[in-house]
Amino acid sequence: MSPLQTIKTAISSLGANKLRAGLALLGIVIGVTAVITLMSIGRGATEQITGIIQGLGTNLLFVQPIGEEGQLTLGDADALLDPVYAPTVLAVAPEIRSFATLAAGRDNSAAQVVGVTPEYQDARNLDLASGIFIKGPHVSNRDEVIVLGATLAEQLFQNLDPVGQHVRVNGRRYRVIGVLESQGGGGFGTFDTQVLIPITTAYYRLSAGRTTSGDVVVDLINVQVRDVDEIDRSIEETSGVLRLRHRITGEDDFTVISQQSTIETLEETTNTLVVFLGVIAGISLLVGGIGIMNIMLVSVTERTREIGIRKAMGAKRRDILFQFVAEATVLSIGGGLLGGGLGYWMTNLVDGRALGNQTFTTSFSSEFALLALAVSAGIGLFFGIYPAVRASRLHPIDALRYE
Amino acid sequence: MTESQNNVIELHDVTKVYRMGDIEVNALAGVSLTIRRGELTAIMGPSGSGKSTIMNIIGCLDVPTSGRYLLDGEDVGHLSDDRLAGIRNQKVGFVFQTYNLLPRLSALANVELPLLYGGGHRKKERAQDALAQVGLADRVHHKPVELSGGQQQRVGIARALVKSPSILLADEPTGNLDAASSREIMWVIQELNRQSGITVVIVTHEHDIAAHASRVVTMLDGLVLDDRRQEPDLVAQPVQG
Repeated sequence: MSPLQTIKTAISSLGANKLRAGLALLGIVIGVTAVITLMSIGRGATEQITGIIQGLGTNLLFVQPIGEEGQLTLGDADALLDPVYAPTVLAVAPEIRSFATLAAGRDNSAAQVVGVTPEYQDARNLDLASGIFIKGPHVSNRDEVIVLGATLAEQLFQNLDPVGQHVRVNGRRYRVIGVLESQGGGGFGTFDTQVLIPITTAYYRLSAGRTTSGDVVVDLINVQVRDVDEIDRSIEETSGVLRLRHRITGEDDFTVISQQSTIETLEETTNTLVVFLGVIAGISLLVGGIGIMNIMLVSVTERTREIGIRKAMGAKRRDILFQFVAEATVLSIGGGLLGGGLGYWMTNLVDGRALGNQTFTTSFSSEFALLALAVSAGIGLFFGIYPAVRASRLHPIDALRYE
Repeated sequence: MTESQNNVIELHDVTKVYRMGDIEVNALAGVSLTIRRGELTAIMGPSGSGKSTIMNIIGCLDVPTSGRYLLDGEDVGHLSDDRLAGIRNQKVGFVFQTYNLLPRLSALANVELPLLYGGGHRKKERAQDALAQVGLADRVHHKPVELSGGQQQRVGIARALVKSPSILLADEPTGNLDAASSREIMWVIQELNRQSGITVVIVTHEHDIAAHASRVVTMLDGLVLDDRRQEPDLVAQPVQG
């Protein structure tokens, strides 16, 4: 039998029992829809998270101390601005982090306090909703001034403009000079709940860590690189300078992380999430496949006599085999196509919808549709083969006698 | 044409043993039979006489346990299932007691069925020609349920004819039909045999059906009991209606 004839026969046989074929189809449709929708949600989440990180600037390096002995100082930060040893470094922004109690009027709250320099604003892409950022004189005078994150500003001052007001940090009065633009998002590295003060103030008032040689200890150095393409070179330069300063011969007592590597690590993690979601949804596709197998087994039994007739008329084993495999595959590919369409529709439907306090962001990809289609075709083939083999092995005499 | 080319079917000492659990049943105990081109043979016998078994072997649905079977001079006694399927497609036209039409398909599509498995061109025209040969040119698009028993059996005969087989093998072709329809079917078969020279083997237990044959082979207990030629009782052309 010609392939075209086989497919025509398959479709007409399925048409003989539309309800049954429709239900078997539904199993695949639901499976494929689930795979596409869940994978699109997973991909959407990935893109959202990497988008946030990219918003911080990809030309940023973080230098952090590691190990028991590891310490970074203001001196290290200044040394990285060396045009000879580190020409690719554009700016350096060290920070000192600590927790403190904030109070304004009757409201108080605990927050992370970051001691920074003016370069920090550029390095971290911070926008101000009102007021000004910490300036050079604030740092050199150890001024007790503060820039508030958006959420904290609202918590402490409600609708009042906080600029010019005072906030108590561990009991000392700080003058609010600025409020940061709200960053939104799910709280990943957001400044909304943090406050910024001059790094010198943070050192004298909150942390006071010093090395044995008397240098000021910092928690992190943000290094802004001249050009994104120079990231790798910049990592080398930065490491070289610090190794010299720290007189390192063996293991480094610091680590240099690029935004790019953070994004890559995160993408790896979230891709795992996408695959995981896909596999869970794939289980329903598998169940759909079992549904097809069930229908095909029933169909083979019901049509034993038809198989006998066809064999008497000269149908070879492979003719019968292909006929039933074609039916299963037509079902699964049909279900795959419908599910692909429905999945695309669902993806668009869910996009931007809120569930609880979480907003779905979806990202449909034609790869998902192709994958789901290929898997469903494979499932039809896999689950169709066993019933088809049974059909093809029937002996014509027994099959003709079957009542 | 030599003598052997003139023989469509040659069975030489054919036996068939079925195994049912521990019991062996000798369905055929050594049958030799030669059927010449153009003969209309009736095979008779009570149930259990082996007439169904011999029909299955002649129709290449089954193979003999021992002995030789030549169909059109070709030894087909020991072929694989798929080779046998090919032989059935090319050389054997089956007519069944219960018609065995596919209920979903039109008369035309039913007649086309053997053509799907054997290749060839002009499938639709050939199927239409075969239906015209059995007088159903005006019923091609009817489904089996829309046809009378006699008409359904004529579709069955058209399907058996469509590949121009070496033999037309009819198993109780009138077993499910009333007297008038039986005459109609026997007339069609006799006409095909007399006008087109098609070799026909009818398995039946009805004497008045066998009376229309030119040769009657009677079987009993897996052996040929009697084999004689006779002047066939000609069926009058039934009034079409």
